[in-house]
Amino acid sequence: MKVRVTVLYKKGVLDPQGKTILSSLHQLGYKEVTDVRAGKVLELSLPKMGKAQLEKRVKEMCDKLLANPVIEDYQFEVAE
Amino acid sequence: MKFGIVVFPGSNCEHDCYHVVKHVLRQEACFLWHKDRTLAGSDCVILPGGFAHGDYLRCGAMAKFSPIMETVARFAKEGGPVLGICNGFQILTESGLLPGALVRNRSLHYLCLDLTLRVETTNSPFTAQIPPGKVLKMPVGHGEGCYFADAKTLKRLEVEGRIAFRYCDSKGNLTEESNPNGSLLSIAGVLNERGNVMGFMPHPDRCAESILGNEDGRLIFESVIAATQGH
Repeated sequence: MKVRVTVLYKKGVLDPQGKTILSSLHQLGYKEVTDVRAGKVLELSLPKMGKAQLEKRVKEMCDKLLANPVIEDYQFEVAE
Repeated sequence: MKFGIVVFPGSNCEHDCYHVVKHVLRQEACFLWHKDRTLAGSDCVILPGGFAHGDYLRCGAMAKFSPIMETVARFAKEGGPVLGICNGFQILTESGLLPGALVRNRSLHYLCLDLTLRVETTNSPFTAQIPPGKVLKMPVGHGEGCYFADAKTLKRLEVEGRIAFRYCDSKGNLTEESNPNGSLLSIAGVLNERGNVMGFMPHPDRCAESILGNEDGRLIFESVIAATQGH
């Protein structure tokens, strides 16, 4: 199975990439966009396992390594 | 006095540090491989600049799991001086030995230039020999040097005198233009609670001898030496 982890800067952390992308979208005429946050997506391949165990393991991975709690929030979902 | 310089895969300033310590300041120096578990009797540990573990995921994110970091954390807890330069600073924040985090420069550009910084406290083994408020010139070279911490942490750092250096103009004024990377409160370096762990973005290892046209970096190393030798 595959799990997709999304990591984004927390609110309040300067995100210059997001700001630059936002300004590009505005220049292209997409004025309706009010904010862009740029982050990362990590796709983890894992053997099949129960939902509870999966959530426990992936949460641990995120807390330990994949995200830095000082600056980032994360969420994850089973992708397939 | 003996300096232990930690080498991670991807470190690239370990020889600069070694050279300054050994050949300029005439102290003992040794390299410590990141998989080592001892500090070989070092009196001070330096985490040098570079791109430990390729800087993948986040700068310092993987270096914090290198076996030697457990030993470094123990050494720091016992009061041993630990200095993180540039990538070493990033590793110290990722490891939780220093508060906050270093994120992408506000400009998104990799910065490689000389700039000026002001010493904010002389109450640490790394700054004790620097005249209070002195403005130093040092080079930086980083893409992720923007210091971030939440408001509560910043307040605490300020109140407890744990901001070691701030970016400033040549006269010592804190201005928007003199903050190269967008660091909050213009922070260039911070200390841990006890003051024996310092991380900072500029490179004292690249400006510690007259042949390079700048010796300001010596003050950091000389401060640690004096502190360790009890002066």
